[in-house]
Amino acid sequence: MLGKKAKSRLALLLVSLLSGVVIVFIVLKSLEENLVYFFSPTEIFNKTNIALNKKIRIGGLVKEGSTIKKESTINFIITDLKNEIIVSYKGLVPNLFSEGKGVIAEGKLKDKKFFIADKILAKHDENYMPPEVSEILKKSN
Amino acid sequence: MLKNIFPNKILSISNKFITFLIFLMIIVLTIGLAYALFLSPPDYIQGESVRIMYVHVPSSLISLSIFAFIGLASILNIIFKIKFMSFVAKSLAPLGAIFAMVSIVTGSLWGKPTWGVWWVWDARVTSMLVLFCFYIGYILTWKLINNFEKANRISSFIGIIGLFNLPIIKFSVDWWNTLHQPSSLSLTSAPTIHYTMLIPLIIMFVGMIIYSLIIFLMKYKTELIKFKLSKKK
Repeated sequence: MLGKKAKSRLALLLVSLLSGVVIVFIVLKSLEENLVYFFSPTEIFNKTNIALNKKIRIGGLVKEGSTIKKESTINFIITDLKNEIIVSYKGLVPNLFSEGKGVIAEGKLKDKKFFIADKILAKHDENYMPPEVSEILKKSN
Repeated sequence: MLKNIFPNKILSISNKFITFLIFLMIIVLTIGLAYALFLSPPDYIQGESVRIMYVHVPSSLISLSIFAFIGLASILNIIFKIKFMSFVAKSLAPLGAIFAMVSIVTGSLWGKPTWGVWWVWDARVTSMLVLFCFYIGYILTWKLINNFEKANRISSFIGIIGLFNLPIIKFSVDWWNTLHQPSSLSLTSAPTIHYTMLIPLIIMFVGMIIYSLIIFLMKYKTELIKFKLSKKK
């Protein structure tokens, strides 16, 4: 059915697609450190060589009951339910910033447990529902 | 076989069919927009800005699928020398580019009130921008290179290379930590969108697919006629 030429072109395509996949995989693997937008507290905890004065982003959930507002400074704890990092930030947080919800902080680590942020982003999760449904869910929990 | 039937069949699709599709689209999009903008509830966290999703999600999905078609058409064109595939791909490209742009712009409009920023360089958003660049590269190849065979080869090459980007866009939210949330819809698990929001999303999706079909059919006809005229000269 296929001509000889078409067959050889097909073989060439398959070989190049396959090697393409391998190349892309290797490139992505080696770039992994730069592809992640933020590190979780556990990833920070497991890291052996942390540059303390390099700007990084950390992300997780804002721990319930951990936010303390003092004048224009806000302190809170970012948790991934295994490890925690205390974050200190001076300025306004996004409207969607709230306890129990996702957050990303950009700034510098003081040490593995303390982070000075100069930018706060609210992370939205994949759940979409009307307020009434969320009320019902909250009650049933 | 396929080679001989398809292009002429498409040319003979009467304008009546396209008119029918236009009417269908107007009806579906009217219902979809009414549902999305007025009847559906606000989100429990995002509030009213959730309504941007009804345009953002279909646009993103369609622009991704269209590039998959372009890649497939490029393979069929280069390997099996099915010539009309180059016209299929060529007619799809501007449509996909527009949807990629709509996806990025609406995402940005949503990002400001939700995340607090217009733009981030996370894996999902960046790979989507790369897709847009692939579209632009593809379209420019046809625009700037006058020799048909040469333009055909280079654009097909871009179409095939761009295929590698598609799984990266799709799975970026699962493979790496991103600011962009993971998919709410998947084939394997229940949607995490409440049905009062899922229904308008699906209606909008159907409406935008019909729109894509209309534009594609119109553009494809034009491309074939243009090619036939250029041969006659």
